[in-house]
Amino acid sequence: MMSQSLIHARGLTKKFGDFTAVNGIDFDVIKGESFGLLGPNGAGKSTAMRMIGATSQRTSGDLTILDKDPDQFGPQIRAHLGVVPQQDNLDTHLSVTDNLYIYGRYFGLSRKFLKGKIEELLSFAQLEEKRNAKVESLSGGMKRRLTIARALVSEPEILMLDEPTTGLDPQARHILWDRLFRLKEDGVTLLITTHFMDEAEQLCDRLVVMDKGAIMAEGSPAQLIKDYSTKEVLEVRFGSERNAHMADDLRQLCDRIEELPDRILMYTEDGEELLERVYKKGFHPKTSLVRRSSLEDVFLRLTGRTLID
Amino acid sequence: MSSLQTRQGSLKIVDAARVAARGALFVTEARLRAMVKWVWLIISIAIANPVLYLVSIGLGLGSYIDENTGAMGVDGVSYLTFLAPALLATAAIQGAMDESVYPTLEGFKWDKTFFSMNSTPLSGNQIAMGVFFNSLIRTIFTAVLYWLVMLAFGVLDSPRAWLAIFTAVMAGAAFGAFMQALAGFLENENVFFTIVERFIIMPLFLFSGTFYPLTNMPIFLQWIGWISPLWHATELGRWLTYGSEISTPMLLLHFIFLNSILIFGLIASRRIFTKRLGK
Repeated sequence: MMSQSLIHARGLTKKFGDFTAVNGIDFDVIKGESFGLLGPNGAGKSTAMRMIGATSQRTSGDLTILDKDPDQFGPQIRAHLGVVPQQDNLDTHLSVTDNLYIYGRYFGLSRKFLKGKIEELLSFAQLEEKRNAKVESLSGGMKRRLTIARALVSEPEILMLDEPTTGLDPQARHILWDRLFRLKEDGVTLLITTHFMDEAEQLCDRLVVMDKGAIMAEGSPAQLIKDYSTKEVLEVRFGSERNAHMADDLRQLCDRIEELPDRILMYTEDGEELLERVYKKGFHPKTSLVRRSSLEDVFLRLTGRTLID
Repeated sequence: MSSLQTRQGSLKIVDAARVAARGALFVTEARLRAMVKWVWLIISIAIANPVLYLVSIGLGLGSYIDENTGAMGVDGVSYLTFLAPALLATAAIQGAMDESVYPTLEGFKWDKTFFSMNSTPLSGNQIAMGVFFNSLIRTIFTAVLYWLVMLAFGVLDSPRAWLAIFTAVMAGAAFGAFMQALAGFLENENVFFTIVERFIIMPLFLFSGTFYPLTNMPIFLQWIGWISPLWHATELGRWLTYGSEISTPMLLLHFIFLNSILIFGLIASRRIFTKRLGK
């Protein structure tokens, strides 16, 4: 149903001079879902986000957000979006509380409303003890949580997160994922860009795989893995010199292989069984690992490259 | 446990029309909130600046000049009286610059706060106006304090001398708006500091009839004063503070020039801010 589509893009394109950053992408984001743009750095994700955020003007194509054209109704659309940019742009002169306060004021919210809302947000972002701290003194994870809390101050219809956990250590990432998962459970519509396949698998109901400004595939993480990869993957290492030499022999043993600089990936429905056959043939990898297919494998299949260079 | 209320679209709490009408003031409010934290620095600069200049150049250099020209030797008044209105306008311009150039560079480049403002219903026009209002407040504050120090130094001879505050603020606003546009336009801030400050702002200060009448300059250098808001404000200030002679057409010209720069600066700022944020 069209009316459920909060974001609707057809042939969405953005050019900077001769360079095409986003090249005719089509997608819809449905109310209540968590939608992802997965792709490596430079795939055009952030540019797409800035167009959807009704700040950057598109070069061509159709785009409606909440049934409105951002070229004509930028401020009205932005009134209902919560934006978490890739780079935290908090006001470094102000405290944690003041950052939430002034951002709320930009939406024209009253002081009285903000007083209560700020308490809610401090609790959500686990920053109650840092309420009077200056932004500069916060850790990377805390800044990120504050930026997310700030984006929620206006109770937006869509929360947009551009690379939410890039640059964070594993523990900080997990805390952040937990917060985002709560929002998802509450039914907040999320739009997330990431170049981490684990993040996409954890947070996204549906996603598009982007590369060089274009969409390569679309679906749920499980469906994409099913469509573009096998159930399991056997990773074998023979040492960097022998890997290339072994590839031709290994290719005979399974449906498909991918050669990476440090290892060979063998695609199969049953990894253990394949490993047995590798040994039977008399090949002895230095290390071997059987794992389930991931979105990384989907990306590799679609583009021949890995997500993180 | 999280107690966050996410009323997904069920309650539209944002009033876009309210932001459309008053958005620039929200931008100003945010900056004022930050400025309060260094308000003592702002006050100290606003007072120390006139005191240091008036004592060192006005009294120090002034007594030397007055010795040679007589107590009423420069434009019919003492050197200190002659110099003070020019320094008032200079201070107003300096205050305006501080609050327009730095926040603009910070907003676009250092902290990127303009981009966060622009992700709310605020528009580029409103952000530009908010920054301008802020610099206007700082300019008025600086000019009033400067004027009070001048009063203490006894260099205000005319009953209408208080009006010099307005002409100084006018110069500050015009220069500030223009420099705000320029700071938004030059995406590389080093260009601003190395070229604009040294080769535009500095000569404007030195060749604007600040320390001696502009007519003392050879005719081929006088044009610098003519394009400088500082000279126009200084001429108006001298007329207001000690009744320096000025013809009516010149009076009008000074007013029209300063206000034209102001309007040009504001229009340019709004366009540049909107364009740069919409890239």
